[in-house]
Amino acid sequence: MNKDIVIEAKGLTKKYGHALAVDRISFSVARGEIFGLLGPNGAGKTTTILMLLGLTEISGGDVRVLGFDPAREPLSVKRRVGYMPDTVGFYDQLTAADNLRYTARLIGFKKSEREKRIADALGHVGLAEFADKRVGTFSRGMRQRLGLAEILMKGAQIAILDEPTSGLDPHATAELLTIIRGFKSEGVSVLLSSHLLERVQSVCDRVALFSNGHIALMGSVAELGRQILGGGFVVDIEAEGAGLADRLALIPGVSGVERTGIGRLRLHADRDVRPEAAAEVVAMQGRLKYLGVQEPSLDAIYNRYFETKPDEALSTSEGARHAA
Amino acid sequence: MRREGSAFQGLGVVALKELSDHLSSTRMRVLEWLVVLVALAALYGAIQQIKDTTAEDPFLFLRLFTTSRDPLPSFVSFISFLVPLMAIGLGFDAVNGEYNRRTLSRILAQPIYRDALLFGKFVAGLVTLAISLLALWLLVVGLGLLLIGIPPTAEEIARSFIFLVVTVIYAGVWLALALLFSVLFRSAATAALVTLGLWLFITFIWPVLAGAVAQIIAPPDPRYIALGLPTPATAEAEHILARLSPSTLFAETVVALLDPTTRSLGPIYLSQLQGAVLGAPLPLSESVLIAWPQTVGMIASAIVLFVIGYVIFQRQEVRA
Repeated sequence: MNKDIVIEAKGLTKKYGHALAVDRISFSVARGEIFGLLGPNGAGKTTTILMLLGLTEISGGDVRVLGFDPAREPLSVKRRVGYMPDTVGFYDQLTAADNLRYTARLIGFKKSEREKRIADALGHVGLAEFADKRVGTFSRGMRQRLGLAEILMKGAQIAILDEPTSGLDPHATAELLTIIRGFKSEGVSVLLSSHLLERVQSVCDRVALFSNGHIALMGSVAELGRQILGGGFVVDIEAEGAGLADRLALIPGVSGVERTGIGRLRLHADRDVRPEAAAEVVAMQGRLKYLGVQEPSLDAIYNRYFETKPDEALSTSEGARHAA
Repeated sequence: MRREGSAFQGLGVVALKELSDHLSSTRMRVLEWLVVLVALAALYGAIQQIKDTTAEDPFLFLRLFTTSRDPLPSFVSFISFLVPLMAIGLGFDAVNGEYNRRTLSRILAQPIYRDALLFGKFVAGLVTLAISLLALWLLVVGLGLLLIGIPPTAEEIARSFIFLVVTVIYAGVWLALALLFSVLFRSAATAALVTLGLWLFITFIWPVLAGAVAQIIAPPDPRYIALGLPTPATAEAEHILARLSPSTLFAETVVALLDPTTRSLGPIYLSQLQGAVLGAPLPLSESVLIAWPQTVGMIASAIVLFVIGYVIFQRQEVRA
């Protein structure tokens, strides 16, 4: 097995009675990668996560987490994987530190190691001053951060986060996403699920779009954008300089130049032409004020994908209702 | 293929955490005060009664537990009434509480099996009950010494201590039942109501119903009725049915242990009494022998109830 693959699922299937919750999905997550499971509620994201952790039985297919089979070696998997469930709960009557102490004891850390890990983890998520406050007084965002602290304390190699940003205000979401990016820089792989596509788009290296128990699309956001939105980059430029539009139109790959305001141009191209565009402006001794490429949005990809396949989109929303 | 690791990994951690939760909870404090106050009232009644009617009783100390004075029932009846209530109070939200606080999946994502969580909760509940009952027992023994002024004999202490152990076992039956319903019902309120309902049925309605059902199973013989005697077959059926209830088992055990003159817990024929000196106390070992089947019955029902809850919990989905 490839050493850099930490999660590998092949034909993973989950049946509840006759209903297929997850239908033969295959994906893999590399070390240090942030992988997003995205899709509407009830599309099978949480079920997939629970199968990875060995918390629900696998009906078919094969899955390896860090080389272990979650169904047969759940303790080895759970020792190395951190999990934050959807709307994570803590014991309200205990303090934040006591909650983590309980988890640390369950994991089996020695006492001296325990206290250090807890203090480090709480500091990392900005809860150090709340360590001795009861969790009952915590806001939703603080609880989610405490959930991440638990994963940090565990020293997990993989962090599995189920709907980490649901129900959070934009500020708390931004804080949380910053911590999640921090996981990546420490070499921790992150698998996160969300139904809010645009919120997590910015942190995910690759995403899998779930629909009705299948993975409809998988890849990086840019790849999916090219694949579904028909390729085409849109580059916005704000610069001063006479005849700039004509010069920019000559860059190889640019298919059109559009004036969007005074000194503002929009280039349509089949690749990212920002370096060339910048070079042109500088060569003309123009003043470059703004240069940006419009990232393809997951929302647009998702909608476009299901517009072309209306049947599947319809059954997705029905599936969501059944699951709810 | 064998499961990896021990099923009891983390058991001690769960049990200690639950124990500290129980001992510091308001609920436990209320239950303890309820039990202590009620027990003191019963004890006071018993002591007054004993002082009024003191006769030459070789087991005066045991009378503390069993004597009643109107309008208060005896200490033993209070205990058999309140212990199930305490056990249910500790157990009814054990698992569904974790679920509703949304801590269950987080805890189960740690390297432990579900076995440890459920068994840890059972052990913690039982230890809590044992601590409370032991304190209560010491209180009764101490007050008895002070107020009656006659030191108990070793046999009396032994008998009352075995009574304490049996009471903890009895509490275990109800704790296992409460735990089972806390696994079965997602709402703690439903679990509490169903458990209490079942307790009322088993303790108060079933003994009455057992008599009626026995008459259907084994109709009384008119010849026995003519003599004004109970039909042996009917009486036997009634006993078997009534013993399905742990409350009956506990009551019988207590009678055998605390009243040394008890020779049998079921109907006996006159021929079996031939040569017996009626009213003469049995030695401790004989009394324990009489109570043994009932005690084993209670242990068995606690285990069966726990196992049913365990199996259901193992198969349950943890997701919201």
